[in-house]
Amino acid sequence: MELFFNPFDNLLCILLGISFTVWFTLLLVFIIVPAIFGVSFGIRRLYMKTLLKIFEWATLRIERGAKEKNHHLYKPYSNAIIAREPTSLEEEIKEIRRSGSNKDLDSASEFEMSDIFYFARRGVESIMDDEVTKRFSAEELESWNLLTRSNNNFHYISLRLTVLWWLGLLIRYGILLPLRVTLAFTGVSLLVFLTSLIGLLQNGRMKNVLSEKVHLMCYRICVRALTAIITYHDSENKPKNGGICVANHTSPIDVIILASDGCYAMVGQIHGGLMGVIQRSMVKACPHIWFERSEVKDRHLVAKRLSNHVQDKSKLPILIFPEGTCINNTSVMMFKKGSFDIGATVYPVAIKYDPRFGDAFWNSSKFGMVSYLLRMMSSWAIVCSVWYLPPMSREEGEDAVQFANRVKSAIARKGGLVDLLWDGGLKRDKVKDTFKEEQQKLYSKMLVGTQEDRSRS
Amino acid sequence: MGSRASTLLREEEIEEIKKETGFSHSQITRLYSRFTSLDKGENGTLSREDFQRIPELAINPLGDRIINAFFPEGEDQVNFKGFMRTLAHFRPIEDNEKNKNPPATEPLNSRTNKLLFAFRLYDLDRDDKISRDELLQVLRMMVGVNISDDQLGSIADRTIQEADTNGDTCISFQEFMKVLEKVDVEQKMSIRFLH
Repeated sequence: MELFFNPFDNLLCILLGISFTVWFTLLLVFIIVPAIFGVSFGIRRLYMKTLLKIFEWATLRIERGAKEKNHHLYKPYSNAIIAREPTSLEEEIKEIRRSGSNKDLDSASEFEMSDIFYFARRGVESIMDDEVTKRFSAEELESWNLLTRSNNNFHYISLRLTVLWWLGLLIRYGILLPLRVTLAFTGVSLLVFLTSLIGLLQNGRMKNVLSEKVHLMCYRICVRALTAIITYHDSENKPKNGGICVANHTSPIDVIILASDGCYAMVGQIHGGLMGVIQRSMVKACPHIWFERSEVKDRHLVAKRLSNHVQDKSKLPILIFPEGTCINNTSVMMFKKGSFDIGATVYPVAIKYDPRFGDAFWNSSKFGMVSYLLRMMSSWAIVCSVWYLPPMSREEGEDAVQFANRVKSAIARKGGLVDLLWDGGLKRDKVKDTFKEEQQKLYSKMLVGTQEDRSRS
Repeated sequence: MGSRASTLLREEEIEEIKKETGFSHSQITRLYSRFTSLDKGENGTLSREDFQRIPELAINPLGDRIINAFFPEGEDQVNFKGFMRTLAHFRPIEDNEKNKNPPATEPLNSRTNKLLFAFRLYDLDRDDKISRDELLQVLRMMVGVNISDDQLGSIADRTIQEADTNGDTCISFQEFMKVLEKVDVEQKMSIRFLH
C-alpha cells in the first residue's frame, strides 16, 4: 500500500512545486520587476482593448434578445430626465403673475395665489430628478460589462452570453483575484518593511532619494494589484515641493493612482489596525502629516501644521482631497476652503475613471473598506485618466472660498465632470437652513418691494 | 440602485399605471428607478424622511407641504402607484388629448386637477376651504421671518377680500378657480420630460 502511494505523492508534490515556481517567476518577471523600474510591457492595454470588444458584443446580444421578446429595454440616461429651465425665482413668479393679471404691471399686487405654482413645480421637479442625491450612488452604464452588479436587463441573456458570463466569473475570481491579492500583500508588506528600514538611516539626501524610490515602487506594485491602467496627461505640471496638490475624490484608490507617479506627503487621521501600521512606518521614511483623532477638529492646528510643511521647501507637496468625501465621479462638489487659505501654490489634478471596466466609486454607506477592495480586485480593471493642471495661486482680492471655486471649476472642466456648488457632506448630513432662508428672503422682497414702491408713488 | 429597477416592476403594473396616469413606458421605468433610489429602507415605500433627504426639496419653503401631498390622510408611507399618481398632476397636457373624446374619468393632469393640487397646498386641514388662518400659515412658510405679522395679515385680508364672493371669509375651490382663470396653469404646473 505504502509503495503504491509514495511515488504518486512524490509526483504530486513535484508538480505542485513546479507550478508554484512557475507562477512566482511569471509574477516576478512580468509584474514586480517592471514595477520596480517603472516600465510596462503593455499587457494591460491589450487586455483592455480585448475586453471592450467583448462588452460591445455582449450589449448587442442583449439588445437583440430584448427585441426578439418584444420587450422594452431599461436604458439608463446619464443626462437629466426632465427639462429644467434655469430661471430665477423673481423671473418666474413675475411671468406667472403676468399671464394671470388683467391689471397693468405698475400696480401689480404684492401677493398672488398663483405664486405657489413656482414652489410647487420646483419641488416636484426636485422629487423627479435632483442634482445631488444621484452623485452618491454608482453611475449607471450604457453597455453591459459582464458584471452582474451593473446589469439591469437580466432576463434577456442568451445561452452564449451566459456561458461568457460564467467564463468571466471564473477568470475574475479564480485567476485575477488571487493574483491581485498576492500582489497587494507583496506591495504592502514591502512598503512597511522597506520604509521602516529606511527610517533607520540618517536624515539627508540619501534617505530622501531612497524613500522616494521605495514609495514609488510599492505604489506601482499596488497599481498592478488592481490592474489599474492609468493615462497621465500634461506631466510637465506635476506638483513641486512646497505646493499643495488638490484632486477630486472618488475612492481611496485615488491616493495609489497619484502616488505611483510622484511623491507626495499625505494628510490624514491616524487609524488603528493595518492602516495605522502602514501610516506609522511610512512616516519614518519621509514626513507625512498624520493627525490624532482629537487634533482633527482643531482647524487652527491643522492649518498651522499644513503651512509649516509647505514653507519648508525640502518637503514633498501635500496631497489633499478638498471635497472631504467620496463622490461618484460624475461631478465635483464643494471644496472645503481650509487648504486654500494657507497661501501656497495649488496644483489641481483631475481624475476621471472609465466606468466600463469596473466602478471605482466607494459607496461607504453600502460597503466597508474590505468588501470595497475585494470588489475592486474582482472587477475587470480600473481604467482612469489623470490630468495635471497648471498651478494656480490666490489672486488679489480673492478670498479662500472664491479661490476654491475657481480651482474646482478648472478641475471639473478638464475632467468632463459637472461642477456643483453643493456640499459633499450632504451624503450624510441634512442641508443647512440658511439656504431655505435665502429663498424666503428672495420671495419676501417680491412682496414687500412693491409696497415700498407704492408708498413712494 | 439601478440594478433592481425593471426587474421588480411587472409589465401588468406598468400597464395599469400607464392607463391611470398617462405616462409612457420608459417614463414609468425611469421614475421607478428614481423611486427605488430614494427608498433607502428598501421596503417598496417612501416615508417623509426619504423625501426630506433631497437637498433641493429641503430648501424649498413649501417643501413640507409638497411632501404632504404625496401622503393620503393619516398615512406615513407611499407606494409606487401613489407616487406616480401624485406626479401625474404635473404631466404636460398634450394637444392630441385635448381633441380626443373626453375619457370617462378626468385625467390626473387636467387643468382642474392641477389647480386642485395647488389648492390643497393651501388647505392645511383638508376641509376644502382656505381659511384666513391657513392662508397666513402658508404665507409665513413662504416668507420666513422677513415680513411682520401685521403686514402679512393685511396681505392675507386683501387676498381673501378679492377672492371671496359668497362672504364666508374663506376661499372655496370654485372661488380659487375663478381668481386664477386667466393664469396659464397648463404651462406653469407642468414638467416636461426629455424622452
